[in-house]
Amino acid sequence: MGLKLSIALLALVAFTTAARAQEKTGDKTSDIVARGEYLARAGDCTACHTAAEGRLFAGARPMPTPFGTIYTSNITPDPETGIGKWSADDFYRTMHNGRFPDGGLIYPAMPFASYTKVTRADSDAIFAYLRSIPPVNQKNKPHELRFPYDNRQLILGWRTLFFSEGEFKPDPGKSAEWNRGAYLVEGLGHCGMCHSPINALGGTSQSDAFKGGLIPMQNWYAPSLTSNREAGLGDWSIKDITDLLQTGVSARGVVYGPMAEVVHNSLQYLDDADTKAMALYLKGIAEASSPPPASSALPNTESSLLISLGKTVYDKNCASCHGTQGEGKPPHWPPLANNQSIEMQSAVNPIRMVLNGGYPPGTKGNPMPYGMPPFAGLLSDNEVAAVVSYIRTAWGNRGTPVSAREANELRSAPLN
Amino acid sequence: MFARDAALAALLVCFASFDGAAAQTANQPPDTMAARVEACTPCHGNKGEGTSDVYFPRLAGKPAGYLYNQLLAFRGGRRKYPPMNYLLEFLPDPYLEAMAEYFASEHPPLPQPAPSEVSKDVLAQGELLATSGDANRSIPACVSCHGPGLTGMQPGIPGLLGLRAAYVSAQLGAWRYGTRTAKSPDCMQLVAGHLTEADVTAVAAWLATRPAPANPAPVPKGTYALPFGCGSQPN
Ligand code: HEC
Ligand code: HEC
Ligand code: HEC
Ligand code: HEC
Ligand code: HEC
Repeated sequence: MGLKLSIALLALVAFTTAARAQEKTGDKTSDIVARGEYLARAGDCTACHTAAEGRLFAGARPMPTPFGTIYTSNITPDPETGIGKWSADDFYRTMHNGRFPDGGLIYPAMPFASYTKVTRADSDAIFAYLRSIPPVNQKNKPHELRFPYDNRQLILGWRTLFFSEGEFKPDPGKSAEWNRGAYLVEGLGHCGMCHSPINALGGTSQSDAFKGGLIPMQNWYAPSLTSNREAGLGDWSIKDITDLLQTGVSARGVVYGPMAEVVHNSLQYLDDADTKAMALYLKGIAEASSPPPASSALPNTESSLLISLGKTVYDKNCASCHGTQGEGKPPHWPPLANNQSIEMQSAVNPIRMVLNGGYPPGTKGNPMPYGMPPFAGLLSDNEVAAVVSYIRTAWGNRGTPVSAREANELRSAPLN
Repeated sequence: MFARDAALAALLVCFASFDGAAAQTANQPPDTMAARVEACTPCHGNKGEGTSDVYFPRLAGKPAGYLYNQLLAFRGGRRKYPPMNYLLEFLPDPYLEAMAEYFASEHPPLPQPAPSEVSKDVLAQGELLATSGDANRSIPACVSCHGPGLTGMQPGIPGLLGLRAAYVSAQLGAWRYGTRTAKSPDCMQLVAGHLTEADVTAVAAWLATRPAPANPAPVPKGTYALPFGCGSQPN
């Protein structure tokens, strides 16, 4: 393919980019715009506000929720259909307080419960950036929410229970780097939106922040970021964490499913200092002691039969990439031995991984990732349960066996 | 634009150094496209030759531009097959292009034509549609775009040989129902829209009986003019 041409182009692009960067120094407005663009990446606004193959930030992306479908808004500077008539104050109010300029309540599908921590200066920079992108004239699609959730007044109740307004307060007992990491993770990164248990009201409580939970509608389990039995990163090296966040792959494991989206659209664009700050903070919030291993829910003879079938399935279908001892060829073919993300009490993720396969996201640091084939069409429910039970218990792994019924239920999980 | 260009530049740097740094260590996967597309081959065959599943298409030897357009369409959801939509979701354009190039450059032999399950009359109707079309019903001959030898044309028009009847009728059906769309103007949608259920069965069956041509390679761009414009085939 045109690799040589690409390299030639690259030289050209690099040159013009450098030249443009030169021009920019001293120009204050464009500095703010560039910073705003960076912060918008950190907030992953595009994941929700840009539809598949749609115009940048023109909205209309459907978000399935247990209460119906919400469509995201047009946040381009179009005066008629976007936020072209908004002031920086209006915008800050949305980010900080979850309200429209007229005071109307915004659904918490827009992560204002996290964005409330964003500083006024950062909010203004994001607003300046959004004002600089091409306006798109595209009317917002009305939400398709079931009664009574179509009544925005209900949001008041939700806010009383789950929303506490307030900018991030640095912890004076911690380093500036730790506080920067906390600001990004708790605020713009809105990591807690997925990584916290979600209750029946669609809310997450402060005290359960980062404790892990099943993402409604998507059937992926977002692991706890505080327990080392899940995705707590207490015993990961800083380098492995930064590799994972920036490139999507690491010596300890890879990202997939909704987390691949986060790395693809957001985390890969963060600079080294911010990534390291996040890594430091994430390592810091992991609880030191891990709870005792869970006990098996399946009767013993049944599980030992499953596991021996599992070894047969594994040696035939998986060992060529993940190794006979689960050692893998990291980072591209991830290790399965001592891999927290398959040992967790919830077996949803490893089952789905086997059924659906996957590629880690293509990133600057890993532009041509290796992939795993989907096994949904190749293995029976029993074989899927067997191989997942095997990888969860072999090589010193401390997970529990899973049943064929669990495997079967996840065959119909949505793939987008 | 500034940051976009910078991102592109960075991507290309990595892309270039990735190929260059072929330094292979024992505990790394082979630095080849073959190893990178192992996620695809259980369905499409090791060299893209297809598998026993009649709905899983052959990829080998199809024009690279055509394959790339399909990968973009799957990634963007314009062509739907959830297992593939999911796999491709977060892969960048240059990588999809490399995958397309990889399968386009493989040339395993075309399969033997399958014995047909339809009557001689139906096959004759299929042949007529493919080679002459039906002017009264505004159906152009398939050969007018897919080429006199039905081997396709670079860069965007695929050949129609070596495909199974079930796959071809599923694709024509998908265009009729709007679950498969191509770049606008989507000429295949116009063509498929004029076909009846019976036409689809006939033409798919006839195509599947054709023997492999001596030279299955798609003809170069511009070898013949299309009867009307296709977004997939820039002129
Ligand atoms: C998880 C999905 C999600 C993310 C991430 C997200 N938003 Fe939103 N946003 C929404 C939804 C859904 C709405 C519509 C809410 C409603 O109608 O009550 C919305 C509404 C808005 C609005 C109100 C616009 C209007 O006129 O309706 C603004 C402004 C906004 N978002 C800005 C942002 C910015 C800036 C970011 C990134 C820092 C961002 N959003 C990230 C889902 C998201
Ligand atoms: C062709 C090589 C290949 C084969 C064969 C393969 N995998 Fe994978 N596996 C991968 C790659 C690459 C990833 C990363 C995928 C991603 O990030 O989406 C992965 C990821 C995983 C994960 C998630 C690991 C993590 O870090 O969280 C599990 C679990 C897994 N594979 C299990 C299996 C099982 C069980 C089999 C056999 C039924 C199998 N794999 C076969 C390449 C392979
Ligand atoms: C859209 C939902 C979502 C958001 C937002 C999200 N995550 Fe995740 N995350 C997941 C899911 C699902 C998994 C499990 C799959 C996996 O391991 O990749 C996960 C896994 C992880 C893992 C474990 C990876 C491993 O290999 O064990 C880490 C660490 C992580 N997320 C950190 C973060 C951070 C930091 C943020 C905020 C910047 C964040 N996540 C935001 C859904 C999300
Ligand atoms: C689970 C099986 C499966 C896997 C895995 C899979 N595909 Fe496919 N692929 C299909 C099916 C089925 C179709 C036809 C879909 C349709 O009906 O439109 C298809 C269609 C295609 C097409 C369009 C072919 C044509 O002639 O129009 C391309 C190109 C393609 N796949 C490439 C890939 C690549 C590259 C990968 C790996 C990244 C991959 N596929 C993985 C099953 C699969
Ligand atoms: C006006 C030009 C034109 C005509 C006439 C035409 N085709 Fe096509 N066909 C195309 C183009 C262009 C594509 C590729 C579309 C894309 O990019 O997805 C295509 C693709 C196809 C495919 C998909 C192949 C695959 O591997 O998935 C099938 C099947 C097909 N055509 C069948 C037919 C049949 C049967 C006829 C006659 C009844 C016909 N075509 C007539 C232009 C044409």
